[in-house]
Amino acid sequence: MRMETSDERLAIAAATGDRVAFSTLLERHYDRVFALAFRLTGRQADAEDLTQDICATLPAKLASFRREARFTTWLYRVVVNTAHDRRRRLATYQKATEGWGDWEVNRRAVIDEGEDRSTWLMQAMSALGNDLRDTLALILDDLTHAEAAEVLEVSEGTISWRMSEIKKQLAQLRAAEEQV
Amino acid sequence: MSDDLDDLKAALTAETPKPDAAKKAANLALAQKNFDALQGSRDGARLTTDRPQKGLFSGVRHMFAMTTTRGGLAATSALVAVGLVTLTPLGDALLTPRDVSDVLTRPAPAVVQKEVEAEPTEPLVEAPVPAPAPVAEERASDVAAQIIGGVVLNEAVSGQMRARTARPLSAAPQAAQAPAFSRLADDQIAPLPESSTESFANEPANPVKVVGEEPVSTFSVDVDTASYSVIRNSLSNGMLPPADAVRIEEMINYFPYDYTAPDGDEAFRPTVSVSQTPWNADTQIVQIGIQGTLPDVAERPPLNLVFLIDTSGSMNQANKLPLLKQSFALMLGQLRPEDQIAIVAYAGSAGQVLEPTPAGEKDKILNALERLEAGGSTAGQEGLQQAYSIAETMQEDGEVSRIILATDGDFNVGLSDPEALKTYIERKRDSGTYLSVLGFGRGNLDDTTMQALAQNGNGTAAYIDTLSEAQKVLVDQLTGALFPIADDVKIQVEFNPATIAEYRLIGYETRALRREDFNNDKVDAGDIGAGHQVTALYEVTPVGSPAILNDPLRYGIAEQTVADSDELGFLRLRYKAPGKADSALIEMPISADLTPAPDAGFAMAIAGFGQLLRNDTYLGDWSWGDAIALANANKGSDDYGYRAEAVQLMRLAQSLSAQ
Repeated sequence: MRMETSDERLAIAAATGDRVAFSTLLERHYDRVFALAFRLTGRQADAEDLTQDICATLPAKLASFRREARFTTWLYRVVVNTAHDRRRRLATYQKATEGWGDWEVNRRAVIDEGEDRSTWLMQAMSALGNDLRDTLALILDDLTHAEAAEVLEVSEGTISWRMSEIKKQLAQLRAAEEQV
Repeated sequence: MSDDLDDLKAALTAETPKPDAAKKAANLALAQKNFDALQGSRDGARLTTDRPQKGLFSGVRHMFAMTTTRGGLAATSALVAVGLVTLTPLGDALLTPRDVSDVLTRPAPAVVQKEVEAEPTEPLVEAPVPAPAPVAEERASDVAAQIIGGVVLNEAVSGQMRARTARPLSAAPQAAQAPAFSRLADDQIAPLPESSTESFANEPANPVKVVGEEPVSTFSVDVDTASYSVIRNSLSNGMLPPADAVRIEEMINYFPYDYTAPDGDEAFRPTVSVSQTPWNADTQIVQIGIQGTLPDVAERPPLNLVFLIDTSGSMNQANKLPLLKQSFALMLGQLRPEDQIAIVAYAGSAGQVLEPTPAGEKDKILNALERLEAGGSTAGQEGLQQAYSIAETMQEDGEVSRIILATDGDFNVGLSDPEALKTYIERKRDSGTYLSVLGFGRGNLDDTTMQALAQNGNGTAAYIDTLSEAQKVLVDQLTGALFPIADDVKIQVEFNPATIAEYRLIGYETRALRREDFNNDKVDAGDIGAGHQVTALYEVTPVGSPAILNDPLRYGIAEQTVADSDELGFLRLRYKAPGKADSALIEMPISADLTPAPDAGFAMAIAGFGQLLRNDTYLGDWSWGDAIALANANKGSDDYGYRAEAVQLMRLAQSLSAQ
């Protein structure tokens, strides 16, 4: 049965043009991709856009999948890299409009204050900066340090350092929060 | 401490929304559509940008999306507020968080906007920054894939006409010509495929010879142009060609020059000219040009063509099999109803795809071509054997038979050793069947095998990178490519030690012959087709010139009787009429008072171009800029845009080599 086939075999088959293999593979991982996209972007609309970008380009990117790699590792890397690209683009696109966008955001922030736990979460995550946030998103997705290192293409030591940095910052955030 | 992490995780898991079902379905459909589109033209033209295709107002639209979900009010109030915020000190304060707790209690998005600038610093021991490299690679391969197809599509047929011939082949209108260099725009940016198993046939550059020691230079003509096309392909793809891919004589011979046409029954006429060397004030260039006759096309004998087409898996790229089909379809228009065509495909197993069919039955031939599909590995030799045996059955008296082998050069099954193939073809050559080789695509282009096949099969090798090149080789120069007027053409130049101290043949490294082979009719050499031109350049150093590189020998050389002559040298040409075993001889002196040929400057510019690409050492500080200036000044009428294209390529090479 198809569902029993390993990701890697499906990916190889898809890379050589197997339609069913491709659709099975994507169906299997769509929710996971979306969840990671959400953690990386912090907003549902962004996550949806990002997922769409990934879906659109995945067929072409499959050609770069190598048999030696685990498919999920490879897929995570695609998601993370696509997210990077997106951030870079957004930064350029929005330079011009940032001024009054910020003001409106702040205004709305006051309205929303305390309303939504996920804003705290997302704020906590976005306060971390891109590298730490990417790392955290992967670790929270139950990847080991070694796996996250492979996805982000850094050393395992770097991941461990980043995690301790994250914990430090989270503790600071919490401490600050409890003071209030 | 890790409580924070666990909390965060639990919270995040709870917060992560379920993907929107409609969006999901749409995205899956999009992915599948792109997947299907990709299969039709893997490596073909694709628009796969990962950038969302947004319009002019994307920034504004995005800003609205970012600002608020319930803030339709934003649009109006914000406009007023902008002034407030940016123009008043008070407004400015609005943008600055008061203290840390302020940051904390405020929801996220304010900070989200700033994250781009706020990169945390990390310890120095950290491994290299992640992301960019793999992304770039993926991008690069995407671009590569996009371009290859684009080239084919954009190579609109340009109505070119023969440039080289004294008598025009057809009445095709010149007005319809599109300059050939316009193709540069289409394939400028494609990187080559990453893995490359290409091999090129070449030798080190000819050394400077001392006339006193070795007065005679002998070589075989070469009318191939494959090297130039390969160079063009490399440069258009943004990289300098491998030095071994550069065969200067093939670059020079790519261009038509203004030579005197032969009279009457002459098969060809040599033209010799002498001009100042552009890169060395103390030497001169002796240019030997040969113009082949162009027999009246209306009287040409019927032609038997066997297309031997490589349909191995590696041919499954837009610039290989599809381009090949288009090229042959173009050529079909040039054939006569009495010509015959057969098609043999070779892949895992060789097979006859089309039995010998009169060229008049165009539909049948086009259908057979269209049915060809790539797949399997290459059984080159088996295909070749079958092609030869079919050609032999088609052969009748007075007809010309030729096999046209179209391949990306991958002969990996059977007799794949170039030497063994060579021997096989040498044997078959005597049956009177010519063999021409057309190279397609890059990546595993086996130039060595192609050269071995064509040189030993009495044929030509051309490399087809664009449909314009197919037009040049298979339409404009079809007669030359298919109808030999002289076989085994050899050139021998004897320099006069009284006037010339040193000489150097530019190019023709792979065509060198031994001195004694010149008169040996058993030794094979290059063939000249109807209307073909061959150009060879010698750089010569006159006696007494400060540019002489070799010091005189301390003990002198054996006493020689130096003829009392002011000639620079003596040119001998040997050739056989097609199918004949005995050669004829043409002789003429190279006198000292020869003037430069009208377009000698361009030939020298191309020679310089080739030497720069090969990093040859004889040019001194002569640079790309000099080559470009010289070529530009000598473009002549350039009816077909070939020379303008060459200048474009030089400029590309100049930029690339400056990197």
